[in-house]
Amino acid sequence: MQTTFPRLLLKHASERPDAPAMREKEYGIWQTTSWADMAKMVAHMACGLHQAGLTRGEHLVVIGSNRPRLYATMLAAQSLGAIPIPLYQDAAGPECVFPLNNAEVRFAVVEDQEQVDKLLEIREQCPQIAHIFFDDPRGLRKYDEPGLASLEELLAAGEVFATQHPDFYLGEVEKAHTDDVGAMFFTSGTTGNPKGVVHTHNSLINRAEAGALFDKLTSHEDVLAYLPPAWIGQNIFSYAQWLYCGYVVNCPESAATVTIDLKEVGPTYYFAPPRVFEGLLTSVMIRMEDAGAIKRGMFHYFMDVARKYGPTKMDGKSIGLVGEFLYALGNFFVYGPLRNNLGMSRVRVAYTAGEAIGPDLFSFYRSIGVNLKQLYGSTETAVFVCLQPDHEARADTVGVPCAGVEIKVADNGEILVKSPGLLKGYYKNDAATAEVLTADGWYHTSDAGFLDAHGHLKIIDRVKDVGRIKGGANDGAMFAPKYVENKLKFFPHIKEVVAYGDQREKVCVMINIDFDAVGNWAERRNLPYAGYTDLAQKPEVYGLIKECVEKVNADLSADELLAGSQVSRFLVLHKELDADDGELTRTNKVRRGYIAEKYEALVSALYNGATEQFIETQVKFEDGRTGSVSATLKLSDAKTFTPVGKAA
Amino acid sequence: MSKKIGDVILDVKNISLRFGGVKALTDISFNVREHEVRAIIGPNGAGKSSMLNCINGVYTPSEGSITFRGETFSHMDSHQVATMGIARTFQNLALFKGMSVLDNIMTGRNLRMKSNLFMQALRIGPAENEEMAHREKVERIIDFLEIQAFRKTPVGQLPYGLQKRVDLGRALALEPQVLLLDEPMAGMNVEEKQDMCRFILDVNDEFGTTIVLIEHDMGVVMDISDRVVVLDYGKKIGDGTPDEVRNNEEVISAYLGTSH
Repeated sequence: MQTTFPRLLLKHASERPDAPAMREKEYGIWQTTSWADMAKMVAHMACGLHQAGLTRGEHLVVIGSNRPRLYATMLAAQSLGAIPIPLYQDAAGPECVFPLNNAEVRFAVVEDQEQVDKLLEIREQCPQIAHIFFDDPRGLRKYDEPGLASLEELLAAGEVFATQHPDFYLGEVEKAHTDDVGAMFFTSGTTGNPKGVVHTHNSLINRAEAGALFDKLTSHEDVLAYLPPAWIGQNIFSYAQWLYCGYVVNCPESAATVTIDLKEVGPTYYFAPPRVFEGLLTSVMIRMEDAGAIKRGMFHYFMDVARKYGPTKMDGKSIGLVGEFLYALGNFFVYGPLRNNLGMSRVRVAYTAGEAIGPDLFSFYRSIGVNLKQLYGSTETAVFVCLQPDHEARADTVGVPCAGVEIKVADNGEILVKSPGLLKGYYKNDAATAEVLTADGWYHTSDAGFLDAHGHLKIIDRVKDVGRIKGGANDGAMFAPKYVENKLKFFPHIKEVVAYGDQREKVCVMINIDFDAVGNWAERRNLPYAGYTDLAQKPEVYGLIKECVEKVNADLSADELLAGSQVSRFLVLHKELDADDGELTRTNKVRRGYIAEKYEALVSALYNGATEQFIETQVKFEDGRTGSVSATLKLSDAKTFTPVGKAA
Repeated sequence: MSKKIGDVILDVKNISLRFGGVKALTDISFNVREHEVRAIIGPNGAGKSSMLNCINGVYTPSEGSITFRGETFSHMDSHQVATMGIARTFQNLALFKGMSVLDNIMTGRNLRMKSNLFMQALRIGPAENEEMAHREKVERIIDFLEIQAFRKTPVGQLPYGLQKRVDLGRALALEPQVLLLDEPMAGMNVEEKQDMCRFILDVNDEFGTTIVLIEHDMGVVMDISDRVVVLDYGKKIGDGTPDEVRNNEEVISAYLGTSH
């Protein structure tokens, strides 16, 4: 298809000018922007940016949460042939320095005072920043920094320019080609500087189309945009597919109101990483435990019914007359109200991706009638590589290759992808591009996995992380840290896990408890605690976690490939791993190497058999100040099991 | 920083307040200029809240006068004070715990409603349009104070720091010219205090509201005030910019104690 994002916008604006394009909740009311309004705003903004000096091929950063005017900014930049780069709104100032300098950014459009302050703070390191436009003027009245102006002023100036040069905007849109660079996304990266992933209009629109056709999306979908726009997933769902399908994107009032807004909007097409689904489920379960006996009894009874029949029904298979009857009853009394409460009454297609999802969690949503599925993709592939078809969703696979995608597995187990949605390259980083993109067009995902008998892709771990146990009883056994970590994380009491074992004689893990879940568990047992650190070190909590670890070991012992990855020792960390402290990436993935260095004392204690270890750690608060947390941590052994294969 | 501080808006002259034989305030004089942040500080029992209560009309001073916008009063009447555009928040919160955040803030609009109880109850005549207009004002305050997520939550269920914010919201609903804040940061943690400071400065900045606040936390006061009055045992012992007050011998001895 030979189109660009601005052309898609103009198409919707001319075909259905009054249809809603975006809604934003403001002052307690959902305010609608129609396609015609959107097109007008984009045109004015483009004129304003042109007047301010934005040129073809130049980069512009957009920093903020999901706001209609920030999305309009991306369209305005693309209309002029400039390249928008959305950056994570919760990234600290210094984290923005590299992308800004790497892409030689002169123009920034940001949401509010917080983001303005961030850019002003790093302006010395990025002297090329000439213009900062902000959406929300609150608190910015007194600022008189050079180049700082509101979007309001930009739009007003643009409107004047547009009346003087009525043909300018369309002329600029006409100049663009579908193979021009459309947008750039910085990947958080677990090591080194972030890399700018360059995508053309075509690669993004092509994948948006593939996803839309796969799930038969129409212009009648409602989507809630609540994840960072800098993340390609959100960008695909609330930008590329929005413009391709012409559906309505709803922007929540604030980060704190997302669950309320979700209920009000009732999206039909929904996306969330596993942790969001888990959070929703945890809050439901905790509230259910506090409900009256009758309600609780009914809930548990019908959830058992759902577990028995729900997934089968979701797969489109027959569940018999009794099953149908009980399920219908449950649907009336429990599942329907529950879906409504979760804001999922109207969900037709829901996706989760980014991380492995626990089988219990996955089947919970499917059993209550939410069509939750998994997909596989990354920033480099413009998301859609594999998708699960309706009726074929499994917790342990990520679906079948979608239109236009070819997949093959390399000799080392790495998955290679060929697709029209592949990146053009990494910005100013040919070496990195050459590493992942071969001359014959295969992209190296660096994920290890295989296609199962039904043609579904199954992911095990990152190729570089798959290691071997060295010495000890399991010498030479395969060790897949993420696989072990995920298995542990599927327990509601465990929030984060870091596993070590490569080139060592046994597997040891460091665990973060889930403060809400374990806190609640402790309160129910009248177990007093003074805070996170105290709770984490309670012997009872160690007992609870030990049970989880041993269940995982029992499970692993049945796995032919990974029986050697059973966990011998563990400890519970005294503080939550945090992206602000560099322990997690901005997308909440553990940075194993960095953590090993930072908590060197703990890792060696795990391996030298100590029962206690003192540790002091620096922590960074949200406002940039630092402090330190110290504690003496206990270390605990866990029972391992003889592999099932060997015992026989 | 280009804040324009105007003329004297509130002038307190020679105020004394006695409860029987106890002298709560003795001959206090100070003034407040338009658009400034004016703090009243002092140790426990110094008479800070009594001072605010005199301005607010809760107490009638035994001597002295208060001039607001050129009109001089020997005592203030609470209702009249509110109508003139002076709103306040309370040290120990005075919210309707069972009512939602929205409704609590809506009560702050009461003085500005013209339709009577009967019309409001039945939503007839101008009552409906009026309610919508007031609701919009209240929504703007909710947005301003970033409490959208708690719009429908009963106030009693909110943590203390948020209740304080609702209290501020209700005072703002009056669209006051002068806002009296009684220990807005008492009992808050560092983060809540920072938030509250930002809101106070934003109110001052965005709406040009003059602010008179009582505060215990010296750090906070020195950071956000333009001028500070210091009371001790019902007497004024210092008055000036934060720097002047910080270096005032009497103030130092009142706060840190001296060797006699």
